[in-house]
Amino acid sequence: MSLAELDAPVATSGKKADARGRLDLSSVEARIAGWVLPVLLVAAWEYLSRIGYIAPNVLPAPSAVARAGWQALKSGELAHNMGVSTLRALAGLVVGGGIGLALGIANGLSELSRRYTDTTLQMIRNVPHLALIPLVILWFGIEEEAKLFLVALGVFFPIYINTLHGVRTVDPQLIEMGRVYGMSPFTLFRRVILPGALPSIFVGLRFALGIMWLTLIVAETIAASSGLGYMAMQAREFLLVDIVVLAILIYALLGKLADVLTRWLERTCLQWHPAFQTPAHG
Amino acid sequence: MTAAPSPASFTAFVDAARGLGVRFERLGRHFGTKRVLENIDLSIPAGQFVAIVGKSGCGKSTLLRLVAGLDQPSSGRLLFDGAHDGEALRIMFQEPRLLPWERVLANVEVGLPATVKGEERHERARAILAEVGLADRADEWPSVLSGGQKQRVALARALASGPRLLALDEPLGALDALTRIEMQGLVERIWLEQRFTAILVTHDVSEALALADRVLLIDGGRVALDLDVELPRPRPRGSAELARLEGRILQQLFGS
Repeated sequence: MSLAELDAPVATSGKKADARGRLDLSSVEARIAGWVLPVLLVAAWEYLSRIGYIAPNVLPAPSAVARAGWQALKSGELAHNMGVSTLRALAGLVVGGGIGLALGIANGLSELSRRYTDTTLQMIRNVPHLALIPLVILWFGIEEEAKLFLVALGVFFPIYINTLHGVRTVDPQLIEMGRVYGMSPFTLFRRVILPGALPSIFVGLRFALGIMWLTLIVAETIAASSGLGYMAMQAREFLLVDIVVLAILIYALLGKLADVLTRWLERTCLQWHPAFQTPAHG
Repeated sequence: MTAAPSPASFTAFVDAARGLGVRFERLGRHFGTKRVLENIDLSIPAGQFVAIVGKSGCGKSTLLRLVAGLDQPSSGRLLFDGAHDGEALRIMFQEPRLLPWERVLANVEVGLPATVKGEERHERARAILAEVGLADRADEWPSVLSGGQKQRVALARALASGPRLLALDEPLGALDALTRIEMQGLVERIWLEQRFTAILVTHDVSEALALADRVLLIDGGRVALDLDVELPRPRPRGSAELARLEGRILQQLFGS
């Protein structure tokens, strides 16, 4: 009897500690899992460069790229170019995304507006926006407007299409409920239609972010006098392969950063959605 | 369900017992050439609990949608003996239709008149939630509630404005049998407290008999049977009297 009584608490506390230990380990594992492969790749790359298997004029070692990055950072050139590119990207996203959101909502709500504009928009959508680069250079030269125009055009469509889809697929039963419960059109939009369309709008935003970087880098590579794409092109002229590689790595990091920010935004705005609730409380 | 935690705080917000009477005058509704309802003449006095039963597609839901103002009659008239704006006339749907992106309390507040502001809004919504036994779930998302709890939130939302007429469109149809009995008790208790006019559409004859003062059977677009149920409340389930009435209604529906 006494043995059993004595044993029980020890056993349970031991099990608890064990479970907690495992929980910590598994949560750490989950957090770093995504970074295991990139770190391994970089390590292999460094090793192959050190033993001379990869020639430095083809692909410099990661350490060389890091040194080049440090130098560029110290001279302020890198920060300047990153700042210029980020600002262009965001400006294009705000302008193009804003118009896409507004038109998506308008066409989702109004049959009339959709009848008159949707066909035109679908036609423009099927023109690859990067094909407009020659025309854009003729119009705007290589000034800021050219980049803004291209990025805005690129991000417009994913946001427009997903907003339109989101607004049109809001549960009609909820809209009917809002009407009979006396919501004004504005309240109905704010409390029923917009939150209902939000998951779809976020899908559009994530597509748009990818297109945003792609468009900007292509535009900067072809016609610019500052920015990350310009930095890479300049480096190519002087055969500075390490700077070219540095620029490419920065694109990867910026893409990841944009994705993390969107996920965070999604989790904050869509707390109510069962897909974003922690199972422990669900 | 907790038994009426604070009925006083809730009924304090509601005016003295007053229902809204309705009269149908040769009311008809057609969809194209299909005549769903034809020449319905009916009078529902204020405060009565009426149940409308009938087979699927007999037009009972159409009748309720006409009363609730969700649909317009093709012919005839619908007369109310008083104001029948949104706040005086509420509908409860078969589905809970809660806004998934708002917490339970905010969902109940959807039913409050816009004139109620600020802290009083929360206070009143909380009182009604307590009335349906969900005071402790006010800050939850609707997605974590069970089907019966969601429907109770929908009931609280419908009652929030203190309606004079409550239209119930098979609100308990999707619930399991035991939850349904519990909900019937809740609806009856609140109706006895507030004495609004209640029009319940249901396909469940025993539910109609458990709750209603009067059962209307709709068949072929007409009122086929208008039956007063003069049994004392609460009505014990499975009593011989209820069984006799149920038999009569079912015979009318399927007999000869």
